[in-house]
Amino acid sequence: MTADPHVKIDMLSQPRYLAGARAMIASVARRLGFREADCAHVALALDEALCNVIKHGYGKREDEHIWISVWPLEGQCCGIRILIEDRGRQVEPSEIRSRQLDDIRPGGLGVHIISQVMDRVQYDKRDGGGMSLLMEKHNAAEQSMPQARKEPA
Amino acid sequence: MASTDDVPVEFEQQGDAVVLRPSGEIDLARSPSLRTTISRAQTDKPRRLIFDLTEVPYMDSSGVATLVEAMQVARRYHGSVILCGLHERVRSIFEIARLDMVFKIVDSLDEALLA
Repeated sequence: MTADPHVKIDMLSQPRYLAGARAMIASVARRLGFREADCAHVALALDEALCNVIKHGYGKREDEHIWISVWPLEGQCCGIRILIEDRGRQVEPSEIRSRQLDDIRPGGLGVHIISQVMDRVQYDKRDGGGMSLLMEKHNAAEQSMPQARKEPA
Repeated sequence: MASTDDVPVEFEQQGDAVVLRPSGEIDLARSPSLRTTISRAQTDKPRRLIFDLTEVPYMDSSGVATLVEAMQVARRYHGSVILCGLHERVRSIFEIARLDMVFKIVDSLDEALLA
């Protein structure tokens, strides 16, 4: 990632802050011109990713940090790029996968949901420990940047 | 002071059905509270457990997991779980997880009571 993120948030690994993170990313996506349904999907993907960090990366410890960075995607491929980083348990990216959907049981859906609603999903081990998740969603509705969106008077 | 992580849930008995009407967003912070409420509602093994989700604008996979768990418990005592009043955003997550074919989902509470 070359340019500095346009938004960077350091949040504690507490589920109570998920609602705030969802509201933030949905609001940013809206300003970038995404349709409402796509804003909801971006917020859902972020929520699921943060839940996975809290549950699996940090084993529900609530005093750890999660960093969320956001960039607009410009040029031919308008959209949003989100990077989520933690210092939690490391796993091989190839081992991160959803459960079989016909195996009906509680849990294990987050990875599947993220892969369904985002256009690019990439898990990596961080050099300093922990994991990173890069997610991108392209905006099919708008080929221009947020200035195209009119604000109410 | 009640925690904001508690999900307010209205209970209603209608014949052999128990209707649960949770309100607010259901995510990882709030699904444990809903799970506790459901567990209490299933103590008497109602034949039909209806979730009226009209007042639930958002649900993540932890909320979905809570409902899957309720369905599995109901099946063990030959009961059923019916969902109604789903917002588009909530319905969408059931579709993405392909659970819309597993749960009985209807539009309204009236339909759920007739199901």
